[in-house]
Amino acid sequence: MQSSFQLAFLIPLLPLIGFLINGLGRNQLSKQWSGLIGAGTIMGSFLVSLFIFQSVESGNTAVVSYFDFIRIEGLRIPFAFQIDALSSLFLLIITGIGFLIHVYSISYMHEESSSSFARYFSYLNLFVFSMLLLVLGSNYVVLFIGWEGVGLCSYLLIGFWFKNQVYTKAANKAFIMNRIGDLAFLLAIFWLIIKTGSASFQEVFEFVQGNQGTSKFTATDITVVSLLLFIGATGKSAQLPLYTWLPDAMAGPTPVSALIHAATMVTAGIYMIARSNIIYSLAPFTLTLISWVGLATALLAATIALRQYDIKKVLAYSTVSQLGFMFLALGSGAYVAAVFHVLTHAFFKALLFLGSGSVIHAMGGEQDIRKMGGLSGKLKITYVTFLIGCLAIAGLPPLSGFFSKDAILLSAFLHQPLQYGIALFTAFLTAFYMFRLLFLTFHGSFRGTAEQQAHLHESPALMTIPLIVLALLSVVGGWIGIPAVLMHEADWLGSFLAPVLSSSTHEVSHATEWMLMSLSVVGVLLTIGFAWFLFRNYRERESKGLLRFFEHKWYVDELYDRLIVKPIFYLGRLLKEWVEPRFIDALVNGVGKTVQLAGRQIRFLQSGQIGSYVLLMVLAMVTVLLVQFFIRK
Amino acid sequence: MSISAILFWVLSVAALFSALMVVTSRNPIHSVIWLIVTFFAISGHYILLNAQFLAVVNIIVYAGAIMVLFLFVIMLMNLNKESEPARHRWLQLAGGVSGGALLLVLVAALKDTELKSQQSLMLEGNTGLIKTLGQELFSNYVIPFELSSILFLSAMVGAVLIGKKD
Amino acid sequence: MPINYYLFLAIALFSIGVVGVLTRRNAIIIFMCIELMLNAVNLLLVAFSKMHYKQAAAAAIPIANPGIDGQLFVFFIMVVAAAEVSVGLAIIVMLYRNIHSVDINFLNRLKH
Repeated sequence: MQSSFQLAFLIPLLPLIGFLINGLGRNQLSKQWSGLIGAGTIMGSFLVSLFIFQSVESGNTAVVSYFDFIRIEGLRIPFAFQIDALSSLFLLIITGIGFLIHVYSISYMHEESSSSFARYFSYLNLFVFSMLLLVLGSNYVVLFIGWEGVGLCSYLLIGFWFKNQVYTKAANKAFIMNRIGDLAFLLAIFWLIIKTGSASFQEVFEFVQGNQGTSKFTATDITVVSLLLFIGATGKSAQLPLYTWLPDAMAGPTPVSALIHAATMVTAGIYMIARSNIIYSLAPFTLTLISWVGLATALLAATIALRQYDIKKVLAYSTVSQLGFMFLALGSGAYVAAVFHVLTHAFFKALLFLGSGSVIHAMGGEQDIRKMGGLSGKLKITYVTFLIGCLAIAGLPPLSGFFSKDAILLSAFLHQPLQYGIALFTAFLTAFYMFRLLFLTFHGSFRGTAEQQAHLHESPALMTIPLIVLALLSVVGGWIGIPAVLMHEADWLGSFLAPVLSSSTHEVSHATEWMLMSLSVVGVLLTIGFAWFLFRNYRERESKGLLRFFEHKWYVDELYDRLIVKPIFYLGRLLKEWVEPRFIDALVNGVGKTVQLAGRQIRFLQSGQIGSYVLLMVLAMVTVLLVQFFIRK
Repeated sequence: MSISAILFWVLSVAALFSALMVVTSRNPIHSVIWLIVTFFAISGHYILLNAQFLAVVNIIVYAGAIMVLFLFVIMLMNLNKESEPARHRWLQLAGGVSGGALLLVLVAALKDTELKSQQSLMLEGNTGLIKTLGQELFSNYVIPFELSSILFLSAMVGAVLIGKKD
Repeated sequence: MPINYYLFLAIALFSIGVVGVLTRRNAIIIFMCIELMLNAVNLLLVAFSKMHYKQAAAAAIPIANPGIDGQLFVFFIMVVAAAEVSVGLAIIVMLYRNIHSVDINFLNRLKH
């Protein structure tokens, strides 16, 4: 085993230690210390991850086993880490961006009291720990531990300001929505364990490949398992129909949105499906379903984002939309493209969220973009970095988003031209709503109060430095996956991930590829121009018709409320007011009353009179003999 | 009917009658006396069965020592009068009925045993002689025999301890 | 004599003892009834012993001292009974000293 792999346990351990120190010492630690511990442990993990990444890049992979987590007859689940191209890449994303966001948070959260400041960092560290566990686990069970861990931390962080009831409700919503998916995921794990007798990736995949189609693992099994895993992924990665929690999750502090709801946790579903790509390659039906669900989510979220006024809501729906793109790529069999988009999206979406945090910071907590405008003069660094983020997400070359989105569009084109058309349209929508956001926020005239205008200021260095770093990454991050048509010996990412991810082998002529690229670039440029024309000088207008429909998020929340929440409430009320007192209480109290009554009667037998005891004894003897007598007969 | 059969029936009737008298006598002293009669009847049975050692021991230990002890205690407590209040009538009835039921059930259960045709040898055999029993007792049963001496010792200590005035 | 007769005789004596225990209130009488029950069992044991003796005499292979166990049992029962009586009577004496009665109806302390 590569010697650097022996350090792998440090990667999740350091954030766990940070969590424990910050969590237990939150009343003693000063803000400087909690910030230092919080960010420092992630920094340590990042350095170890770099070592491991280097080692993996030179061709080493390993499964590092520590102890048996579960060992029962016929099933052994080790607590082991899988170190290969996919996990090492995700390690870098998580720890790298996690570190930047920790640094940013030190400044962003400085108004909190020192105990809740430490609480914040302990949650953040716990989150990073869980996410690392999720990525490192060498079997589905360890992955599931991390999976649940990030769900928990997401709940804790969304409800970080738990005194606000709206926020706690948003936290509940996120948690419950995730649970639905988790249940399906858990069922999938059980199914796999029953069928294959193992939960570890290697063994499961070997088994599936070796026995697919036979009675040991039928086509139905593959479809069911892949579907269940996918449902699990829709919960965590906010896809239709379980996406509604993510926009509400913006209740949490902005760095949390950047870390959890843009860069890391929501990509867990993508990671899981990419990790299970061997199963998915055998399930064409599920793949088709995934691609359509992803596409529908992308389009739906993009249309909603068109008419949102909360700066974070726009970004949230944009996240959902981008996740939809990733699922489209997965469904098209382009796992590399999906992971590539995870990477670039992590850069620019973290950048955009942190930029919006900087804006909100400057605006004194105001999040409504109708009350902003013309901020570019005051917040220069924020403006420039935000612009880079917008360009990247819109997909203009040579920024990172262009390459990854292009890879996805290409895979969709090869897979289903119809899907390509819708995806391209959605990409234009993306450009449109992002630049609407940019223009409304930073251009035109200021529409807020005079007090806010006087308060406008650029954020401190601790916040702007992560912005600059992320902006740089958003620019250059895509260069690791430049397609072959643009550069000789390109697509480093594809070859790096080749051992883990089966890549689609479709060949496409360079002319077609050029045409697709230029089509999207020209379309995006036109869209940006259109947005500039519409929103350069914003005036508030009543939205009508379809736009009103978009503004109300397609009334999905209301629909869910009617279809699911209300009936469950009615059922609950029915159970509470009718079934419980009549049946359950009656049963439980009845048992108690019966026993009490019986006891009150039987008590007289215990008279304390020796004579009565003897009498009973004799009667018992008679009874026993009688019974024996008759039985023998 | 042989003489031993006649003796058997006489002794049986005597034993049953005196046992009933033990239970029914109002005066405890009478009960004791009737119990002694019962023991004598049972000893007679032993002799009929040629278990001479046990017959003698029964008379010495039970009819002699133990019953004297009873008498002694009764005298000591000055209970030699019909002082015992009768039990509640229903309880008495219940006791009688359940005892009778026990009798009935036991008889019914054992009535048709396969032992029915077996006979007990009377007036013969050397099993019950002191010589045989003594040899057996001091060879194969020597440990229980010695243990019973410890039992007696502890019973003696216990009786003294319980009986002494604080 | 047929073993049945001894059996019924012993059962009858035993049942009389039981009835005595159930119907009397005087602790000493109850004690005596217990002795009666013990003696009924003793009698039966001796009868069985002699039954085995007869069986063994008729059997082809002779065994040493057949049926002697039953009589030894009786002997040990007597030993135990003697010990029991000495302790039991001591308890009754102590009881009488404390509550000035041997009526077992007053012995309902088990309830508490």
